[in-house]
Amino acid sequence: MVKRSAIPTAVVLLAAALVGLLVYGVATRGEDTSLDSAVKKGQRPAAPGTSIRLPSLDGSSQRSLADLRGKVVVLNFWASWCEPCADEAPLLESAQHQLASTGGIVLGVTYKDDAVDSRAFVRRHKVTYPSLRDGKLQLAPKYGTDKLPETFVLDRRGRVVALSRGEVSKDFLQAAIQAAQARA
Amino acid sequence: MRALAILLALTGLLALGPAAGMAAAPRTTLNDLEDEVMCDTCNVPLNIAVSARADQERAQIRRLIAQGLTKQQIKDRLKAQYGPAILATPEHSGFSLAAWWVPVIVVAALIGLLVALLPRWRARQRAEARAGAPRGPDLSAADARRLDEDLARYDL
Repeated sequence: MVKRSAIPTAVVLLAAALVGLLVYGVATRGEDTSLDSAVKKGQRPAAPGTSIRLPSLDGSSQRSLADLRGKVVVLNFWASWCEPCADEAPLLESAQHQLASTGGIVLGVTYKDDAVDSRAFVRRHKVTYPSLRDGKLQLAPKYGTDKLPETFVLDRRGRVVALSRGEVSKDFLQAAIQAAQARA
Repeated sequence: MRALAILLALTGLLALGPAAGMAAAPRTTLNDLEDEVMCDTCNVPLNIAVSARADQERAQIRRLIAQGLTKQQIKDRLKAQYGPAILATPEHSGFSLAAWWVPVIVVAALIGLLVALLPRWRARQRAEARAGAPRGPDLSAADARRLDEDLARYDL
């Protein structure tokens, strides 16, 4: 019987553990596209994080998506440093006017943005729809948001009807709002 | 009388001066902070980040410096606003702990490996030297004498 050294085994085990750790780290920090695939399949997944309460831009009040149950919600993640966010702001503003007459709302959520700059953005682009601050990223990761802008359209039952990862178009907003209102 | 008024004015200025100056006196610099804060959209430290978000973070840090905050106070403010991921130093909890203990384990393992293997390598070398090291021919008496004479000429 040959007595083998334990050292090569230990080295292999240590290397395997390090590789395992690396794989785990990459896997847990990867993109979450579960909402995308569900919506793509025609499903209407429940909007995540509805109970999370976030402060308004001026910090005077707090709001959660659950408070808006019963309304069509266009949830838009944005930041003042994001140029496409500025480009799409007029479209969202126009959607807000359209939705207001039917009890819907555009709800902005700032992502990795300084509140001072967020408020300046709202003034500069004459945004009238409300925005909340997700400073500690409680809500955005639940939507797999890590690039801006991203928009999710929720029906009255709080289900995701459509999503856009990137700047929204007028056609996307019209179709998504129509679909959300039709599913009431 | 006039001299007294000037003296009083100077005294007042001296009393107010340090307090007014300290309120906005910078206690740190952007350069000092940039490598300890992350650009949170680019995932690199701010000192090497080039993006609109990085510029915004720099502007925010400049504002906080202008308010007279210390380096630690600025880091605390940023952490409170954006969470611990805004700091370049890994967190002391969760998966980020791995950034602290993995290097320690790897270094300990390497040291352990050296401690275990070095005696074996040396023992093997000694054994090889004893068993198979080729020996040259013995020196003749004349050659040995000449070698001694040559060596004696060098001032070692």
